[in-house]
Amino acid sequence: MQPVPITARITLPPSAQRGEVVTVRVLVRHPMERAVDAPGLTPVPRKILHTLRVTYSGEEVFRMALSPGIAANPYLEFTTIATDTGDLVFTWEEDGGTIYRREARLVVT
Amino acid sequence: MTRGWRKLLPLLALLLGAADVRPTQDYLSPEIRAAQEDPSRHPGWLWVEEGEALWGRGEPSCAACHGNIAGMAGVAARYPLVATDGALLDLEGRIERCRTQHQGESAFGRESEPLLALAAAIALQSRGMPVAVATDGPAAAFLEEGRHFYETRQGQLNLSCGQCHDNNAGRRLRGDVISNGLGTGYPAYRLEWNTMGSLHRRLRACSLGVRAEQFPLGSREYLTLELFLASRANGLPVEAPGLRR
Amino acid sequence: MTTLSRRAVLAVPLAAAAVPGSAAEDFAAATSAILAGRIPAEEGITLEIPPLSENGNSVDLSVRVNSPMTAENHITAIHILAEKNPIPLVATFSLTPRAGRAEVATRIRLATSQTIVAIAETSQGAVHRAAREVIVVLGACVETG
Repeated sequence: MQPVPITARITLPPSAQRGEVVTVRVLVRHPMERAVDAPGLTPVPRKILHTLRVTYSGEEVFRMALSPGIAANPYLEFTTIATDTGDLVFTWEEDGGTIYRREARLVVT
Repeated sequence: MTRGWRKLLPLLALLLGAADVRPTQDYLSPEIRAAQEDPSRHPGWLWVEEGEALWGRGEPSCAACHGNIAGMAGVAARYPLVATDGALLDLEGRIERCRTQHQGESAFGRESEPLLALAAAIALQSRGMPVAVATDGPAAAFLEEGRHFYETRQGQLNLSCGQCHDNNAGRRLRGDVISNGLGTGYPAYRLEWNTMGSLHRRLRACSLGVRAEQFPLGSREYLTLELFLASRANGLPVEAPGLRR
Repeated sequence: MTTLSRRAVLAVPLAAAAVPGSAAEDFAAATSAILAGRIPAEEGITLEIPPLSENGNSVDLSVRVNSPMTAENHITAIHILAEKNPIPLVATFSLTPRAGRAEVATRIRLATSQTIVAIAETSQGAVHRAAREVIVVLGACVETG
């Protein structure tokens, strides 16, 4: 399936030195819909982002498995070692198979 | 504190009057206050980003008439205001007018995602600036209407707005700390809602809280109340897009 | 505390319908699936979460594990578990030495006051565990009344 854009804010330092450990902050727009199936309530199927993969210049550097216990509009913070100037590519997989994608460039000096 | 002294508190608050109205950020927990100031951790910025994109869309786009969105600095601080045709408009109402009268589009609708996004992006340009709503001239009658609403006991709990937001500000009500009930942070991302929402949506929850009639979003009751709340906030900083629990 | 119990009653049908079996059984099962017979060290790992949370919809949490993060010795996974959530395994972070540090943060939903557990696995097969008690406070004048 072709990845589709998603509203996300990815915060990186403006630049980093080679070998520096940088903090990556990610906010992504998603309701993280929990399954509702109880008497008297309208049933709602579960629809969450269940996986996030992050590659840096093509190599996977981070992965997260998300459950319905992650807050809506998920927030995430992790670290990565600055190796060379390149793109961090974030791909989220949603229940139902839709793939969302965003990129952010890390400038290494 | 003795029972007798406690009874005097509302009187004391009355004597202190509006001098005691403090920005809502003063009532937030340190965690939420810090996150409100940090775009990398404030989910409301997801709406800001969408609003900034919407600013460049449409025929003509917002930008085609108004230029860069940064030119909106100070605008949100002046709302609600009375338009030339005599209508009291909040920021959302003004955006809807632009959309229907100048862009020839249908209104987004109250509480719709694009309207909240645009309002958040525009309000952000006034962040930190002092609220400066007009209270005289054509606004005066609306202001009195809002003041009356604020001061009138309502609902099954028979409470006026001020009984919580003046007399008991700073004290706890269940898990909340009661603020002075200003609208300066709206539209705001509320953790309770898991999303961005308008002041009027919040006011509906206030009405429900005292078991009073809930008025429609954009209603005259909430618009005039919003103007009165803004007059109480005159001189205090715009916090929108706020982060609320 | 009548207001609390009223909210708790509201929350129960949702939780009960979401998963078969009780959260306690699922929590124990999820924990033992990660540990796989290993005894966790109750050290070398820091779980930060406010002891009193203002809203169960969004609770800030961070985990830091002491690790050299070398090819030979690094943290491979950090798991977050919430004892009384309908789905106790809240998240799993997979790390490589390229992380540089074993530090993650996120925001989670908490169904009620409960124990939160973080478990970290190392590339050498060791496990570290940290637990914190969290009280979830409910707000006033919310949309559900």
